[in-house]
Amino acid sequence: MQEIVDKHDAKNLYKQMYLMRRFEETASEMYIRGKITGFTHLYIGQEAIAAGVMSALFDKDYVVSSYREHGHALAKGVSPKSVMAELFGKETGCCKGLGGSMHLFDEDKRFMGGYAIVGGGIPIATGIGLSIAYKKENVICACLFGDGAINQGAFHESLNLAKLWDLPVLFICENNLYAMGTEVSRASAVTKFYKRAEAYDIPSECANGMDVLEVKKAAAHAAGYVRKGRGPYFLELRTYRYKAHSMADPDRYRTIAEEELWKERDPIVIFARHLTDTGVFEPYELRKIQEKVEDEIQEAVDFANKSPNSGIELLKEYVYAE
Amino acid sequence: MAKISYREALNQALREEMRRDSSIIVIGEEVAYYEGAYKVTQGLLAEFGDKRVKDTPISEEVIVGAAIGAAMGGIRPVAELMTINFALLAMDQIVNNAAKIHFMFAGQSFVPMVIRAAQGSGKQLGAQHSQQLEAYFMHCPGIRVVAPSTPMDAKGLLKTAIRDDNPVMFLEGQGLYSLEGEVPPGDYTIPLGKANIVREGSDITFISYLAMVPECLEAAKELSDRGIEAEVIDLRTLNPLDKATVFESVKKTGLALVANEAWKTGSAGAEIAALIMENCFDYLDAPVIRISATDTPMPYNRQLERAALPHKEDIINAVNNLLKVAIPQ
Ligand SMILES: Cc1ncc(C[n+]2csc(CCOP(=O)(O)OP(=O)(O)O)c2C)c(N)n1
Ligand SMILES: [Mg+2]
Repeated sequence: MQEIVDKHDAKNLYKQMYLMRRFEETASEMYIRGKITGFTHLYIGQEAIAAGVMSALFDKDYVVSSYREHGHALAKGVSPKSVMAELFGKETGCCKGLGGSMHLFDEDKRFMGGYAIVGGGIPIATGIGLSIAYKKENVICACLFGDGAINQGAFHESLNLAKLWDLPVLFICENNLYAMGTEVSRASAVTKFYKRAEAYDIPSECANGMDVLEVKKAAAHAAGYVRKGRGPYFLELRTYRYKAHSMADPDRYRTIAEEELWKERDPIVIFARHLTDTGVFEPYELRKIQEKVEDEIQEAVDFANKSPNSGIELLKEYVYAE
Repeated sequence: MAKISYREALNQALREEMRRDSSIIVIGEEVAYYEGAYKVTQGLLAEFGDKRVKDTPISEEVIVGAAIGAAMGGIRPVAELMTINFALLAMDQIVNNAAKIHFMFAGQSFVPMVIRAAQGSGKQLGAQHSQQLEAYFMHCPGIRVVAPSTPMDAKGLLKTAIRDDNPVMFLEGQGLYSLEGEVPPGDYTIPLGKANIVREGSDITFISYLAMVPECLEAAKELSDRGIEAEVIDLRTLNPLDKATVFESVKKTGLALVANEAWKTGSAGAEIAALIMENCFDYLDAPVIRISATDTPMPYNRQLERAALPHKEDIINAVNNLLKVAIPQ
């Protein structure tokens, strides 16, 4: 791991990752208790990516995500309360209970949505890039998607257009080696995904998605490139999801040895060890961060529990813009 | 007769057809090693190998497009789309190619392909995963649309669909996979375009398919306790549509209710209601009732979702209201 330059930054990265982890462990508990239903896809194991990428973005930068987006939303600053309430289907949720786990959105945080059709968010991010370029804003749009999405036509059409028009889009492929039960090698003729960007003359890099500092460095470099108006950039981040594809997936397609191997690379454990080994933090300081997160999660659950159910009038309210 | 699940019935149909005809292949996301997102293709890879049971990338357009090409080339693909929502990514191939090839090329080529897809709502899967799209396909000439509601129909119709020389959209009830029902032994088929009268009655005709059939049956049972006998027709296929059975029943009862889980506007139910109006006008004692989902994307929240979807209560209420009008006391 690299050297820590900024203690405040390190604290933020650790806190973000720990928040995502505990938020989702709690969400999965709530799912089992029947408080949350539908398709719920956990991000556990991949936290270094959201933490590293979002810390390299500015508040005004846009983010477009997929259905495995709890972590992305939290790291972009969407409040745990409003995300938990959304999962509970409550009126205080970030989409008033209309969206659910796969469709989070927060305009203030410029979190431009979770999309559940694989690859469906990529053209949207490209279009947000078009609006940024048109308005000459000094922001960028980051688009996160899985390894499964890059075999959709939408991916290729978007990369081509983004490069052709030099749009400020940072494409980020979270390669967790599986799309549901399919390993990348059984779905992709070219498994070094960053090479696909080369085909569109888009600069690219592949980084270790389990190392939050490496992610942050790669994302900062990429975001800087895009921000300068030089066109799109493509990042491939190698990672692993620790849980099943969704709460409904029996998860029988991966070997225990493989899972164990990746668990040894737990981004949160490794970063914590690094922080204490290098003396950036004393263990008690990390515990204090953890305690604060636990309080925040408890607050989120209480808030979601106590919030009113979405009102029936919502059924018709948002079908059309007035 | 043996009792098996809807899922097992579909699985048997695939298996038996693949044994019968070596030109049949199964392709789609997670159909081989994962054995299907809904486990319909269980055991197929083990029995037929990866030459005939093929996992694909998440690339719906080429799944369907390649199935069309393979069919034109002389094999018989059964493509699985994990759910009907993903058919939208393949819509160009379905509508512009599959549905047109036989006609455009004056019968010189044809597309003997089946696209299987789960369809249904009510599991809080949110707006992008809770859609009923049969009307999109029914609207388009050149493709068959099949929508079975029981294990027996699922098996018999899938076999027919596979043997048919047209492209077939085969819609499976997402909430029906575990439904058990009796299935005849051995090889049997059910013709496309033959509706099934699943309950006889003389007072009103309920017309539906897929997940709304059980709702209609339950409503009919409750109404029967109050002396109202509903005839329930399971259309089983939407293209071809068994108009004769529908018209005959409506002419007998004088009242019709069409139930579908899809949005109301432009639905299959709307088409059927219009057909009844055109053909049975003189026999009708009241306007045709349409039971359907509210015209809104599906909300995630449980109560809202329930409110958006049609249920047997809506059928019973509609019949109550209708009878107040149609049969003044
Ligand atoms: C167009 C489309 N096809 C299929 C699905 C079903 N599905 C949901 S997630 C998924 C796997 C996606 O894998 P990947 O892109 O690698 O993301 P990950 O789940 O690993 O985060 C599939 C096949 C879908 N949602 N959309
Ligand atoms: Mg993946």
